[in-house]
Amino acid sequence: MKRQSVAYLVAILIVGITVVPLIFVILGGFRTTGQINADPAGLPGPWVWDNYRDILTSPEFWTFLGNSLLIAVVATTLAVALGSMAAFALSRYTFRGREGWYTLFTLGLLFPLGVATLPLYLLLRQLGMLENPMGVALPEAAFSLPVTIVILRPFMRAIPAEIEDAAVLDGATRIGFFWRIMLPLSMPALTTVAVLAFVTSWNAYLLPLLVFNDSGNFTLPLGVATFQSQYSQDTARVLAFTALSMIPALGFFMLAERRIVGGLTGSVKG
Amino acid sequence: MSSDLRRKLELTLFLGPALLLFVGFVLVPMVLAVYYSLYNWTGFTSLDDFAGFKNYLDALTGSVFQNAVWHNVVIAVLSLVVQLPLSIALALLLNRRLRGRAFLRVIVFAPYVLSEAITAVIWLLILQPGGFADQVLRAAGLGGLVRQWLADPDLVLFTLFVVITWKYIGFGIILLLAGLQGIPAELKEAAALDGATSWQTTRHVILPLLGPTVRIWIFLSVIGSLQLFDLVWIMTLGGPANASTTMATYLIDHGFKRYEFGFGSAVAVLLFIICFTFALLYQRFALRRDTEGAVSR
Repeated sequence: MKRQSVAYLVAILIVGITVVPLIFVILGGFRTTGQINADPAGLPGPWVWDNYRDILTSPEFWTFLGNSLLIAVVATTLAVALGSMAAFALSRYTFRGREGWYTLFTLGLLFPLGVATLPLYLLLRQLGMLENPMGVALPEAAFSLPVTIVILRPFMRAIPAEIEDAAVLDGATRIGFFWRIMLPLSMPALTTVAVLAFVTSWNAYLLPLLVFNDSGNFTLPLGVATFQSQYSQDTARVLAFTALSMIPALGFFMLAERRIVGGLTGSVKG
Repeated sequence: MSSDLRRKLELTLFLGPALLLFVGFVLVPMVLAVYYSLYNWTGFTSLDDFAGFKNYLDALTGSVFQNAVWHNVVIAVLSLVVQLPLSIALALLLNRRLRGRAFLRVIVFAPYVLSEAITAVIWLLILQPGGFADQVLRAAGLGGLVRQWLADPDLVLFTLFVVITWKYIGFGIILLLAGLQGIPAELKEAAALDGATSWQTTRHVILPLLGPTVRIWIFLSVIGSLQLFDLVWIMTLGGPANASTTMATYLIDHGFKRYEFGFGSAVAVLLFIICFTFALLYQRFALRRDTEGAVSR
């Protein structure tokens, strides 16, 4: 019984340490910079709505949000579509060099994007893809392929051959089998890899930082960091902007908590 | 005959696009990095000033790069020494039947979902001199502890480590909780029947069975520590006076701020070699047992 109350005490402490910084940001957005400077840990009083209203009615925030969304959707779609096709070929066909191709993809797990950014930047410059959302989305999709294939291949492999035989008897081609049977059956794994690719792209900072100079192209992480240095004197405004930027990630997480936690922990367990 | 051709077409159709994307945007840049690293190059002129291994030598013998590697190692070691025991303790605790456990898990995991960029900005604001953190410490009667959290060269790395811990501890806890859930209750009951105390059960039954999860966590944590960038770049740019430079911030600083693309590429290759070597050794000596079963699942 005593141990149980210690557990609750620690639990409350954890919640406090986790949540207080977030609450500071959210509530800070409802204050003025003057109030914050005078009493950083104070509560709003009176509540100020201007910061949030200004940000929500100016195009900047929405532009960043839109850019992030576009890039993440393109990167996720590409990674899942191409990744599932490749995983299908690598799991349901037998051909010479199959394991070699697979190993090539798994090698990608060891290439951090950071290592490749310099030449990637030069490549994108040569292709004329700087300041272009695709210049970020395509490399992000490419870097998501390894983990996508590594998760999907064993999953697709485990689907019994009898199902495929039955489909063939019913006159399905391999492509028809992939499209009508394999993909629907792989839905749980597909969701996992989609969530992974989406979160990775949504949170990316380095590649957008290098590719975009024009703030009209900025993604949310880049936008938050830039906003912070731009308005460093106006703490309340920065807090409001940061609070609003947290909402999509936290909201998405609340909606898909089970999938995300399962996906992330599942993915690293092989 | 035609069925063989058809098969080849199908394979090309399925595998081709992914390979094209992967080779174009992952492998080619990697190979180019090695190539560029052998030249003195600003990224604009033609590639004709061959430098051999000079960029590598310059990096390896330069004190800033050595310090950067050291900072990455400090973060990695601190993670192992501080975050791992903390994660295990908290996971064990949260594995009990507590009221509101599901809620607790969501909360603990929340910072992990935020990008490093947002995390960096949040803590930059909290740690402002005279800001929230300082005021809370003073209110708690610990005003003597207040420091220049991000401006003190002796302290900045540890401040960053605290922020990293805040962001990533939830992931460790969730991962370990998943591992704990995989341990059959029968084992604990059997140990209890044999007269083991709860501490003995934890020490001799649960912790060893948690081994695979812990080893995966260590792998991810070390690789993450070696590649640390976003958080440091936004909070300190590697400063003050290079006191928080990491390999990745050093690379971007030289490559993009100073247009030393050849030198920056050499640093990138070194970073890759370090990660790759760690991954290979770790795979060889620690992970192999665990993944043997998991991969062929």
